Amino acid sequence: MEADALKDELRRQGIVTTTFEELYNWGRQNSVWPLSFGLACCAIEMIATSMARYDIARFGAEVFRPSPRQADLMIVAGTVTKKMAPQVVRLYNQMPEPKYVIAMGACAISGGPFKQGYNVLKGIDRYIPVDVHIPGCPPRPEALLHAIITLQEKIRQQSLTGADRPRHLVAEAPSEFPAPEFGEHDLVPPSNPGVWQPPATQSQ
Amino acid sequence: MLDQVKASVEAAVAGARLELIPNGSPSAQHSLLVDNEHALAVATFLRDDPGLRLDYASNVTGVDWPEATVQEKRKIKKLIEGVERDIEETTERTKPGFLEVVYHLYSMELKQGPVILRLRTANRTDQVRLPSLTPVWRGAEFQEREVFDLFGVVFEGHPDLRRILMWDGFKDFPMRKDYVEPDDYEYEPTAHDEVLEKAKRHAAQRALDPRPSTP
Repeated sequence: MEADALKDELRRQGIVTTTFEELYNWGRQNSVWPLSFGLACCAIEMIATSMARYDIARFGAEVFRPSPRQADLMIVAGTVTKKMAPQVVRLYNQMPEPKYVIAMGACAISGGPFKQGYNVLKGIDRYIPVDVHIPGCPPRPEALLHAIITLQEKIRQQSLTGADRPRHLVAEAPSEFPAPEFGEHDLVPPSNPGVWQPPATQSQ
Repeated sequence: MLDQVKASVEAAVAGARLELIPNGSPSAQHSLLVDNEHALAVATFLRDDPGLRLDYASNVTGVDWPEATVQEKRKIKKLIEGVERDIEETTERTKPGFLEVVYHLYSMELKQGPVILRLRTANRTDQVRLPSLTPVWRGAEFQEREVFDLFGVVFEGHPDLRRILMWDGFKDFPMRKDYVEPDDYEYEPTAHDEVLEKAKRHAAQRALDPRPSTP
């Protein structure tokens, strides 16, 4: 707190001080490159977000990479079918750390209107860790921009040392998550308990 | 129109047994039930006959008819206490289940249609083979694969009969009425009706045996 006050005071006098952590997070938060990857109608909104009217470039996230090896952010935009889910997890596994996931739209967060279908995964967070969930069907481009700002805020507040440091700085933390197999009736396993636990709800 | 089609098919294809199935709804889309042995010959005739030229199979779909109990009421006369009276007698009979494949045919050349064909399997379990009409209408290929995938109808003579929407190791047929979907309703924030029942079962199970928070 005292250091922050001093920093502000110095800044007012025309002297900029910073920390390594601040610089590092500043660089990371303003160059989040998404993977060009869309699954359904949410992807159209994602494309609209990247075009001139909404201009995702204002947030340094306009460089959609065609290869997971060069991407930092996976925007799961659309319905994840059970046939597609292993491929989504595999793409996520191929991305280098640090990596983030935005689950965009009702389908990606819960299965959405297709939830009771036989072939729709009830939320991609059953297999990979999701940083920001966006509700909506589909969410407007502003909502996606809000999610990116939320993600940037999350990155900015990360401390590089200590127990709550981000996953990519913890040597033993997993960077890959097992892709589900095609079973006879469903995906095996139906969810990854290390990533997802059913939250307790009051109504039940 | 369908009566004429039926007559001309029966005249052209020896031994073909066709049945006109009326549709009582306002759409009045009546259809022809074709027997399985002559289906391919009938289809070829419908495509090639200069008066019909049904050269376009617009749509192929499946219908699952599970075994059903049908109640039939009929009026009979019966002597009751020496007086003859009209009474209603209700009989129940079991209608065997079967799978049905429906083809919607149009003629691009003569600008007419649709003519609707139906094929039926003998039952829903072991006799689910039907002749494929892909050799006649190439466009039926993927749709017959879809019917195979979702209903389990096996098309004989199909060039490439594999699952198309579900993965190859999948065992169930999701569009059948008796399909049991996997129970992955662990988390339902706004559950109601059937889903609420499923979510309650999951919640009860979790209360008994809470899983560890780390793997």
